[in-house]
Amino acid sequence: MTLGGIDLVALMAMLMVASTPILLAATGELIAEKAGVLNLGVEGMMIMGAIGGFAGAVMTGSPALGFLAGAGAGAAMALVFGFLTQVLLSNQVATGLALTLFGMGLSALIGKGFEGVRPPATGKLDLGGLADLPVLGPVLFRHDWVVYLSLALIVAVWLFLHLSRAGLILRAVGENHDAAHALGYRVVMVRLAALAFGGALAGLGGAYLSLVRVPQWTEGMTAGAGWIALAIVVFASWRIERVLLGAYLFGGVTVLQLRLQAAGYAIPVQLLSMAPYVITILVLVIISARHRRGAQAAPAALGRIFHASR
Amino acid sequence: MGATEPLLRVEGLSKAYPGVLANDAVNLAIAPGQVHALLGENGAGKSTLVKMIYGLVRPDAGSMVLRGAPYAPPDPHAARAAGVAMVFQHFSLFEALNVAENVALGMENPPPLRQLAARIRAVSDAYGLPLDPGRIVGDLSAGERQRVEIIRCLLQEPKLLIMDEPTSVLTPQEVEILFATLRLLAAEGTAILYISHKLEEIRSLCDRATILRGGRVVAACNPRERTAHELAELMVGAELKLTDRAGRKPGEVLLEVVGLHMPPASAFGPSLKSVSFELRRGEVLGIGGVAGNGQEDLLATLSGERPSSAGTVVLKGEDVSTLGPNPRRARGLLAAPEERLGHAAAPDMSLTENAVLTGTMRRPLTRHGFIDRRAARAFAAEIIAAFDVRTPGPQVAARALSGGNLQKFVIGREVLQAPEVLVVNQPTWGVDAAAAAAIRQALLDLAAAGAGVIVISQDLDELLEISDRFAALNEGRLSPPQATAKLTLREIGLSLGGAHGMKPLEVLA
Amino acid sequence: MITLVARPAPSRFWSWATPVLAVLATMLAGGGLFALLGSDPFEAIRVIFWDPLFGANAGYFRGQLFIKAGPLILIAAGLAVGFRAGIWNIGAEGQYIIGALCGAAVALAAFPAESALIFPAMVLAGAFGGWVWGMIPALLKNRFGASEILVSLMLVYVAQNLLAWAAFGPLKNPAGFGFPGSRNLQQYPSAHNAELIAGSGVHWGVVAGIAALIGTYVLMNRHIAGFRIQVAGDAPKAARFAGVAPARLVGFCLGLSGALAGLAGMFEVAGPSGQVTDSFNAGYGFTAIIVAFLGRLNPVGILLAGLLMALTYIGGDMAQLTLRLPAAAIQVFQGLLLFFLLGMDLLTNYTVQWGKARA
Repeated sequence: MTLGGIDLVALMAMLMVASTPILLAATGELIAEKAGVLNLGVEGMMIMGAIGGFAGAVMTGSPALGFLAGAGAGAAMALVFGFLTQVLLSNQVATGLALTLFGMGLSALIGKGFEGVRPPATGKLDLGGLADLPVLGPVLFRHDWVVYLSLALIVAVWLFLHLSRAGLILRAVGENHDAAHALGYRVVMVRLAALAFGGALAGLGGAYLSLVRVPQWTEGMTAGAGWIALAIVVFASWRIERVLLGAYLFGGVTVLQLRLQAAGYAIPVQLLSMAPYVITILVLVIISARHRRGAQAAPAALGRIFHASR
Repeated sequence: MGATEPLLRVEGLSKAYPGVLANDAVNLAIAPGQVHALLGENGAGKSTLVKMIYGLVRPDAGSMVLRGAPYAPPDPHAARAAGVAMVFQHFSLFEALNVAENVALGMENPPPLRQLAARIRAVSDAYGLPLDPGRIVGDLSAGERQRVEIIRCLLQEPKLLIMDEPTSVLTPQEVEILFATLRLLAAEGTAILYISHKLEEIRSLCDRATILRGGRVVAACNPRERTAHELAELMVGAELKLTDRAGRKPGEVLLEVVGLHMPPASAFGPSLKSVSFELRRGEVLGIGGVAGNGQEDLLATLSGERPSSAGTVVLKGEDVSTLGPNPRRARGLLAAPEERLGHAAAPDMSLTENAVLTGTMRRPLTRHGFIDRRAARAFAAEIIAAFDVRTPGPQVAARALSGGNLQKFVIGREVLQAPEVLVVNQPTWGVDAAAAAAIRQALLDLAAAGAGVIVISQDLDELLEISDRFAALNEGRLSPPQATAKLTLREIGLSLGGAHGMKPLEVLA
Repeated sequence: MITLVARPAPSRFWSWATPVLAVLATMLAGGGLFALLGSDPFEAIRVIFWDPLFGANAGYFRGQLFIKAGPLILIAAGLAVGFRAGIWNIGAEGQYIIGALCGAAVALAAFPAESALIFPAMVLAGAFGGWVWGMIPALLKNRFGASEILVSLMLVYVAQNLLAWAAFGPLKNPAGFGFPGSRNLQQYPSAHNAELIAGSGVHWGVVAGIAALIGTYVLMNRHIAGFRIQVAGDAPKAARFAGVAPARLVGFCLGLSGALAGLAGMFEVAGPSGQVTDSFNAGYGFTAIIVAFLGRLNPVGILLAGLLMALTYIGGDMAQLTLRLPAAAIQVFQGLLLFFLLGMDLLTNYTVQWGKARA
C-alpha cells in the first residue's frame, strides 16, 4: 500500500515507535501537573534519561538495566527540581528552565565517552501469531516491550486518577493545596512523589530515544521532544486518554515528514524538519482557544507556590 | 456548669509566632451537647486556638483533655479519628471535584464512592440540608458549599464540631435553617464550638461564650445574660462610638447603570443579568448579597476593569461603559475592590508605590509620565496620617500591614482623591471594630460632602447602618433599590434569595 | 526542625547577597565537578576566572569579554522587562537567529554596493525580524490564550531550521565553492559591524547593550509604564485595577525582548561571526536567561552578570585548551549557578528559623 511514494504500512509501523518517547514523557508530566506542579524541565530530564539509559545499557550490556538507569536519572533530576520548588519555594518556571539547561550540559559532559558507540539491541516482544497478521501485525504487534509498557501505563494512570483514593488526593492537592493542607494531607510529599514519577517517565522516554528510536547517543538528541510533551499535556486538556491521542498524532507528523524527506520530494529538508514544531504550535493554539471559551481544564493550583503559613 | 464532665478541656494553651503571641495560656471547657461561642476580633487568636484543637498547629505549651484522655493531635487525621471535625471559614473544598469526592477527602476511611453518595443523600435529608452528591462543587452557591462541609463533618459522627464564621455566607433564612440543624445536633449530644463576631446570632444560639482579646481569655459568660453591646465592648476592650449619619441630602443623579449584562469571568463565576440602578449625589447605596452572586463582577464593571457594552454605565451624562479604569478615575469614578492584598494593593510593594497604583490620575504624582517620588511619598504619608494607618512609614510593604490597617489605607487612598462616585466592595471584611467604624464614618462623610457612594457588602447590619437605599444582588440580578429605613431583615433575606430551596426543619426544631 | 517565616518585605541585603553567594557556591560545586573530571579544581577555577582577566594574554581576552558579553546583555535587558511582568519569553534564541537572518539578508541584497545607509538598514531589519518573531507568541497568547513559553520555544526550532535552510539555500555564498554559509560580512565594509576601538572588543552591539540597560533602567525605575509592568508581575489583578491592559503588556514585553534579541543577532552576524552558517548561533539566547536572573532582573546586575557569563565562556574555552576540560563542563557550571541562585532566593523572601519558632 503506497501513497505518493510512501509505504503506508511501514509508516504506521514506525508511528508507535516514534511516538513512545513523547508519550512516556507526557504521561509523567501529566501526573506532575495534576498534582499542581508545572515542571518545565521535561527536556532536561529526558536528555538525562537518554544518556543515563544509554550509559547504563552499554556498561551492563542489558537494555532493561539501561531503561532502569534512564528512569532513575530522570527521577533524580525531578527531585532536584522538587527540592528547589517545593522546599526552597523557588519559581517553577525559572527552575524548570534551569533544569533543562543543566540537563543539556551534564548529559553532554557524560556523553563524551559514548559517542559513536552502539547500544545493545532491545528485543522485540514475541507476540506469536499476532505478529503475522497482515497489516495489523507489523503496525501493532512487532514492537519492543517499552511500547506496550507505555500503553499499559496509560491504562494504569487512568485507573489511578479516577478510581483510587491516592489519585483523588493527588488531584485534590493540584486543585487547592491550601484546602488539602487544611484537611491534613502532606502537600509537599504528594508533589515530590508526583514529580519523581514524572521524572522517571521522562527519563524512560529519553532512554527509549537513545536505545531504540535512534539508537545512539548524540548531544542534544531530544531536540525539543520534552517541550513537545509539555504541549501535548495542554493539548490533552489534562486528560490521560487524550495524551495518547496527542502523542500519536505528533508521532504521525514526525514519521510522515521523515518519509517525505526519504521519498525525495523537492521540499528542502530543513523546511520539512520544521513541521513537528509548527504543528505543535498550531495544535496548541486551537486547543488554547477552546480552553478559553469552554471550561477550565488545568488544575487550579498549577504552578502556584505552596507555603503553609500559620 | 453542672455535673457533666467536660468533653474537651483546654488548659494553658499558648502559641507564639514571630512578633505575636497568638494564644497566651488559654483555658476553655466544652460540655457534651453544649453550643459554645468563641468570640473575638480579628487577630484575637480564635483561629490559632481552633487550629490547635484540630491538629493543624502544634501548641508551644499547655495541654488538652478530650473525653478524659490526654489529647495532642499531631495532624488533622488524628483529630478526626478522635471525633473532632471542623467547618472552615474559607472553605476547604475543591471546585473541580464533585460533592462525593470532596466529602471523601475529608473522611478517614470513606466507603466506596457509590455507597458514600447514598449516605450523603440520607444524612443531608435527615438534617434538612439537601445535596446532590454528583454535582461539581464549583457550580454550587456559597450556602450549598457550606452544606458540603457540614455533611462531610456529620458523616463522621463527630463528638465536637468546630464551625469558623459559618453564617457570613448565608442569607438570614439560611442562617435559621443552619441553627435548627445545630440545635438538633446539640440535642443529640454533639458539642459545638462556634466562632463568630455576630453577637445577636450568638445570643440566640449559644449556651456559653469565651471571649478572646489579644490572645488571652478576657471573659467567659452566658451570652444570653448579656446585651450585644456589652459583648462587643468585652471583645473590643473599649467603648464603641456610634456612626454619625447626619448631613446628607440626595442631589442630582451622578451615575446611571442601565440594562447591564456581563458573561461570567471564570468557569465557575456568576454572570450579571440586566442590572439597572441610579446613584445620586450625597447618597449611600447599599448592595447586599451572599458571596459569589456577582459582587466582584459588578465592581469590576463599574471600576472599568471589565468594560461593558456602550450605554450601560453613564457617569454624569457621559457614557463611560467602554473606558478603562484610568479614564474613569480621571472623570471621578473610583473604586476599592474586596481583595485587599493582590487586587486593591500589590503585596510586595511599598505603601508609596501602592499610593501610585491608583493615584496618578487625580493627584500630580507624575510629570510627563515619570514618577515624582517625593509627591508619591507625600501622598502616602497623607493617607497614613488622615486615616490613622498604623505603620512605621510609607516605605513598608503592603503585606506587612494588618488587614484593618491596609483596608484603611486602601479606602483612604480613594477617599483622599475626592471622588465624585466611589464604589467599595466589602469595605470592613475582616477588619477590627475600631477600624471598621472609622471606615464607615469616612464613607458617610464622603457622601455628606456631595459624592455618591456604593457599598457592596455581605454584612447586612453594616448596610442597614450606613446606606440610604438598599438593593440585593442575587445570582447576578439586582433588586430595585428601596429606602433602607422601611426594610426589615426578613424582607432583605427574601430579596437575597431566601433559603435557596431549602426547607426549614419545622418538625425537628 | 526548620521553619520558614515570610519576611514582611523582601530583604534588600539578601537580594544582592544571594547572587554573590550563588557564584561562590557554584565555584565550590564546580571545583568538585572538575576534580571528578580529573583536573585540579584550583587550577581550573584560576584558568576560568582569573587568567582571562589578569593572566598572560589578558589583553586579548579582555576584548573577548565585551564581544561575548555584548549580546548577552542586550538580550537579557529585554528579557528582564518581560520576566518582571511575568511574561516568559524563552525563545530569545529564535528571535536572535531571525534578527541575524534579516540583517544579513539586507546586506547580502545590497552587496556589493557601498553606502552609509546599509548598516542602519541592517540594524532596522534585525530589530524588525526579532520583533516579528517575538510578536508571534504575543499574538497567539492574546488572541487564543496559547502559552507564550511553549510557543516562543517551539519557534526556536523553527528558526533554527530556517537558518539552516537559508545557509544552504538563498543566502549561500555564490562564490563559496559550494560550501554552506553566506558571504563573509567582515569583508564587506558597508555592512561590517567592526570594533569601534581596535582591540577593545567594543562594537555597536556592546554600545546597544549598554543603551538598552540605561533605557530599561529609566523605564522600570522612573517611568509609570515600568511601574505598571512591575505591578503586573507582582499582582496581576492589581495591575488590571491600575489600568494595565494585559494584551498590550504582552505585546510590549515580547515585542521589546524580541527586537533586542534580533538586534543582538544582527550585530553578531555582521561582526564577530561575520557569516550566516547553520550553527553560527552560540546559545546566547538561552544563556541570557541565566544572565537576567543572575542580575536579579536589574540593569546594573545584568551588566555584571553578563560580564561574568562572558568570562565563563572565555575561561571555559581556555580550560578546554589547556586542561582538556570538555566544553559541556561550562554549560553544567552555568546550570549549577542558576540552581544555586534560585535556591538561595529563599533568603530574600523568608527567614529560616532553626528549632521551634518563638516570639
